[in-house]
Amino acid sequence: MTHGIVQLAYIVATALFVFALHWMNTPTTARRGVYAGVAGMALAVLATWAQPEVVHHGWIVLAILAGFAVGVPLSLVPLTAVPQRTALSHAFGGLAAGLVGTAKYYLWLGEGPENLTPFRMTAIIVEILLGYLTFTGSLMAAGKLQEVKWIPQRPVTYPLQNVTNLALLGVAAVAGVGLVLQPTAPWAAIAFPAIIVLSLLFGVLLIIPIGGADMPTVIAILNSYAGLSAVAMGFVLDNKLLITAGALDGSSGLILAIIMCKAMNRSFANVLFGAFGQVQQIKAGGEEKVYKAETFEGAAQVLEQANLVVIIPGYGMAVAQAQHKVRELYDQLKKRGITVKFAIHPVAGRMPGHMNVLLAEADIPYTDLVEMDEINPDMPQCDVALVVGANDVVNPAARTEKTSPIYGMPIIDADRARTVFAIKRSKSPGFAGIDNELYFSDKTWMLFGDAKNVIGELVKQLSGGSGMH
Amino acid sequence: MTPHEAAAAAAPAADIWSQLFVFVLASFIGLGVIRRVSRLLYTPLMSITNAISAIAVVGSIIVTGADYPPTIRLLGAVALFASMTNIVSGFLITDRMLKMFKSDGKPSEGGHK
Repeated sequence: MTHGIVQLAYIVATALFVFALHWMNTPTTARRGVYAGVAGMALAVLATWAQPEVVHHGWIVLAILAGFAVGVPLSLVPLTAVPQRTALSHAFGGLAAGLVGTAKYYLWLGEGPENLTPFRMTAIIVEILLGYLTFTGSLMAAGKLQEVKWIPQRPVTYPLQNVTNLALLGVAAVAGVGLVLQPTAPWAAIAFPAIIVLSLLFGVLLIIPIGGADMPTVIAILNSYAGLSAVAMGFVLDNKLLITAGALDGSSGLILAIIMCKAMNRSFANVLFGAFGQVQQIKAGGEEKVYKAETFEGAAQVLEQANLVVIIPGYGMAVAQAQHKVRELYDQLKKRGITVKFAIHPVAGRMPGHMNVLLAEADIPYTDLVEMDEINPDMPQCDVALVVGANDVVNPAARTEKTSPIYGMPIIDADRARTVFAIKRSKSPGFAGIDNELYFSDKTWMLFGDAKNVIGELVKQLSGGSGMH
Repeated sequence: MTPHEAAAAAAPAADIWSQLFVFVLASFIGLGVIRRVSRLLYTPLMSITNAISAIAVVGSIIVTGADYPPTIRLLGAVALFASMTNIVSGFLITDRMLKMFKSDGKPSEGGHK
């Protein structure tokens, strides 16, 4: 009887989760999706809690309260810290899966080894492998994004890196197969903890060679792993709600990762094992080229004369927290009847959709945020392209330079605009470490400085000197 | 194989297939639904799927609350804490982000920093 009711609750929860994701297809219905998700989750928790096998309640209450105590502050982080928070929650998801898998194995080992069928054992191994590697991998990713001191920002590479990683994974796989065949063998007491340690280590090693520009893809992949580890848990516990919800998350991460990879013209394998950072220093040589710098006054005058201004934001805008100043600039230009659009590259920032959220935070209507593919045909009509802290996503070398590491990556055609202003913190190359020809083009003028200050100066010129023309 | 083992192997055997069926079908539904999600909303999408994949909470509750040895239950409690953190922060931050997406240029009342 209770079983039937619990299963019914699980089915309703699954349906609510599907609706939650379905409503994310437009911003107008998206908030409804959150409510559906919350309802589904509440239903699932209550139905599970009401099961007769749950007899101790103290620890459950404590753990839930602790979850609220940590979860609420984590939801209030500034939006520029959202990539770290997301990575951190993948870490929590992986940890939960790993721990439940560990608990179930030792439970069955102690009181009912006949439960450790080959199928369940395989699921447990997959669950702890994915769970623990997602845990440490995501912690590393979060540390890199937060710029924690003792985690190197630049990709760390060493000889035979991929061989070492694959060897570790191989050892874990052999131990795993052994455990599936003989889950209660005497050596299992070593093999099982060994797999846990190897997974934890593998997670760290997988992320250290990855640089900031690849973070959107890596976060999406970790998202997928966290979902798949929940699926494995569902197989272990014979729970179809876990399987369906985990599969939804797993496929979401997969789709996002594929989109990110396409947007960089790279393969999965290349992102994970390619160590993007290696190519950096090689291209640094070559002749000295000269930037043309422009004054704020001059730039403001050109902006005033424009009909169409396209702003191209990048990670630099997030770092400088410049989105609110960008909004002021947007207002100033709009007031003069100038059309202003934002060109959003899929991998701009440190996670999928990062720029959209920051600009939405600054109250810029989402109807003015335009995808790369839609804005590019309009770029030749664009009077001013204003590049705010973006670099690789506007580098024309991606079209022409076969030797460039970003060759073939689709870019926003800033160089086809009539005039380009590029705001840049310093004269050093971008994250991929590549010189950007755009900055040396005839029609490009540089505005050096912190993005927030530069935009602030432009706004000052536009608002103060409005009588100038 | 003892009769005991045989029984244990036979009972879940039927379920394995239905579990795999559920997994494959759910993945296809996921692919179909996610493909249509607005590109504007990828960051909120990630945080809501985060919260949804914290469905691991279901497994954690059983491990924490059932009549198991205390060490096992402790592992469950930590897992429950981790899942609950994801559920709470995931849904709250998704809603916080979605509130910011507005379609027209009207300045928002309140909420402005």
